[in-house]
Amino acid sequence: MIETFASVELPVDEILYMRKNRIEPEKENRNKRISIVTGVHGDELEGQYVAFELIRRIEEHKECLKGTIDVYPAMNPLGIDSITRGIPAFDLDMNRLFPGNEEGDMTEYIASQIIKDIAGSDVCVDIHASNIYLEEIPQIRINELHENKLLPLAKQLNVDYIWLHATSTVLESTLAYTLNSIEVPTLVVEMGVGMRITKKYCEQLVEGIFNMMHEMGIWTGEVSKVREPIVSKDGKVSFINANTSGLFVSKTEHWMNLKKGDAIGQILDPLRGKVLDEIVSPVDGILFTLREYPIVDEGSLIARILER
Amino acid sequence: MEKNTIFEIKGLYRDDFRVTGYTFGKGEKAACIMGNFRGNEFQQIYTCSLLVDRLKKLEEEGRIKEGKEILVVPSGNPYSINVAKRFWATDNTDINRMFPGYDLGETTQRIAEGIFQVIKEYEIGMQMASFYMPGTFMPHVRMMETGFEDVEMAKQFGFPYVVLRKVRPYDTTTLNYNWQIWETKAFSIYTTTTECLDKESAKQAVKSILNFMGKQGLIDYKVHDGYISQTIEDTKLLTVRVKKAGFFDCKVNVGQEVIKGELLAEVVHPYEGMVIEQIFAPEDGIVFFSHNNQPLTYANTAVFKIVRSFSES
Ligand SMILES: [Zn+2]
Repeated sequence: MIETFASVELPVDEILYMRKNRIEPEKENRNKRISIVTGVHGDELEGQYVAFELIRRIEEHKECLKGTIDVYPAMNPLGIDSITRGIPAFDLDMNRLFPGNEEGDMTEYIASQIIKDIAGSDVCVDIHASNIYLEEIPQIRINELHENKLLPLAKQLNVDYIWLHATSTVLESTLAYTLNSIEVPTLVVEMGVGMRITKKYCEQLVEGIFNMMHEMGIWTGEVSKVREPIVSKDGKVSFINANTSGLFVSKTEHWMNLKKGDAIGQILDPLRGKVLDEIVSPVDGILFTLREYPIVDEGSLIARILER
Repeated sequence: MEKNTIFEIKGLYRDDFRVTGYTFGKGEKAACIMGNFRGNEFQQIYTCSLLVDRLKKLEEEGRIKEGKEILVVPSGNPYSINVAKRFWATDNTDINRMFPGYDLGETTQRIAEGIFQVIKEYEIGMQMASFYMPGTFMPHVRMMETGFEDVEMAKQFGFPYVVLRKVRPYDTTTLNYNWQIWETKAFSIYTTTTECLDKESAKQAVKSILNFMGKQGLIDYKVHDGYISQTIEDTKLLTVRVKKAGFFDCKVNVGQEVIKGELLAEVVHPYEGMVIEQIFAPEDGIVFFSHNNQPLTYANTAVFKIVRSFSES
C-alpha cells in the first residue's frame, strides 16, 4: 500500500510528498519489518531498479512473505527529479542532516520524519550508487563501531566487498549512523555509478535482499546461494589520485585479481595529443572503485584497490 | 607589499588554479585574513580587496609594526567564482569542509591542505565567512566553542555582537575549527551580505579589522571605540519561523529594534495575492538575521533571528 509519511507545501502550487510502499503478508506474522531505502542522493539511481525489482518479485509470490517490507524509493524526491545530488534550492547534502528536527525547516523536518517512520524496523538497507565520477563494485561500508552487529548481516546481502572503515565525526549526521544509534541495524550499500542503472549489480543486490529476508524468516520462497564477500579494514586499501589534470581513459580489463603493475588507465592531454600519466596498480589486489567520469583535476580519485 | 602564489594546481584548459597572498610587514607571522572559499562569496573577496588597499597605504606610511607580518588571501577559490558555482565545479565539494586537508587526497582536500600549511602559522586568523541561509545578518564575529576560543579578544573588533557556536559534528572540517585546534586564535567575520555587495558593511568590517590589529599592536592605527560587543550563544538567538510558503514580504530591517507583537513580515499567496500569514515579534529585541532579500519562502523556514533585549540574559 502506498503511504505518505510526510508532506510539505512548496511556495508555488506544489506539495512535496514523501512516500513509501508498505507490503504486508495477507495475514499472520507482521512482527518483523525491513526497510529498503534509496534516493537520499538524488543523482544515485541504482536503487531505483532495486526497488522496482524487489516489489515486483514479492508481489509475484506474495504467499512467501511473512513479514513487513517498507520500500522508500525516493528520500530526496526533488533531487531525483532535478538531477541534483543534494536537496535543490537548499544546496544541502541530505545525508548530513540526520536525525533532523521536527520543529526545524523543511529539510530538517523531512529528515526527522524519515527517522520516525523507519524507527522500529528490524533491518534497514540504504542503497547508494557511488556518484557520477566513480564506478563501484557492489559493496557495503560499515563504521567499525557497529562491526559486531552489522558484519553478519552484511554477509547475507550478496555483495562482493565489505569495507570496515574508521569512524569520523562528520559521518554522525548520516541516515545510517542515526538509525544504528537508535538500534535499527542499517547497512549502507554502494554500487554502480551515479545517474545510471547497472542491471547486473541491481539484480545481484535483489538476490541478496531476498536472502536476508529468508535468513530473518520473513521470506519462504527460494533464494540463491550468495557470494562470499571480501572483508577488509582501512589499512589494506590503496587510493590512487590523479597527479595532474587531464582526460582519464581507463585501460582496465578486469576488476578482480589485479597484479602489481597492471594498467589501470592513462591521463591524456587532448590539446597536445600527449599522454600525461600512465596509471598502474601499485599492489596485487582487487579494484573496487574506478573513475568513470573522464575529466580529472589534480587530486581526483582514480581508483581504490584492496591489497591482497 | 609582497604578492605571492601560495598554492597552485595545473589546469587542463583553464588557467592554472592559483591562490594569491598579499604580505605586509616582515617578521613574526602575526595575522592572516582569509577571503572566500565558495563561489558566491563576493562580499568576502570585496572586503579583502578593501583591506589590501588600506594595508598597502599603511605600509607605505611605515605603520605596520616592526617585526610583524600580516597576510591577506582574498580568495581561496577563484575558480568557482569565475564560473559562478558555489562549490568546486568538477565535484561539487566545499573547500571549507575539507580542513585540515590532505596533500595526497582529492582536489579540494589538497587545496585546503596547501592553504592551511601556509595560514596555520599565523597567531591570529580571521576568515571572511558566509552562512548557508540566504538573507542578511547583523555584522558579527563568530567563533566555535572548542575550548581554545578567546571571547575577550573577539570583543576587540568592536562589532555589535560576538556569537558563540556550539561545535556540531560537521563543523570539525571547517577552517575556523582547525585553526583553533592548531592554536591560531580564529575568528569568523560576518558582514551583512554574501552574494550582493554591501559597500558600507565591507568598509565597516575593514575598519573593525584594522581597529583590532591596532589594539593587538600589529599596526599603528588610531583606535576607534566601535561597539561594546555583546556576547551571545547562537542557540540563545530567538528563531522566528513562517508556517506557510509563498511570497515573503519583509517589514523590518536587520539591526532594527522590534517590540513584542510588532509585524515583522507577511506571506502572500503566490497566485491570489492575499496575505496568508502574518509574522509578529514574539518578544522585544533586535533583528539579528532576516530573510529580507529573498522573494519566496519555503514552509517552516527560519526567517528571522532576534537577539532578545537585555532584561533576560
Ligand atoms: Zn550516496
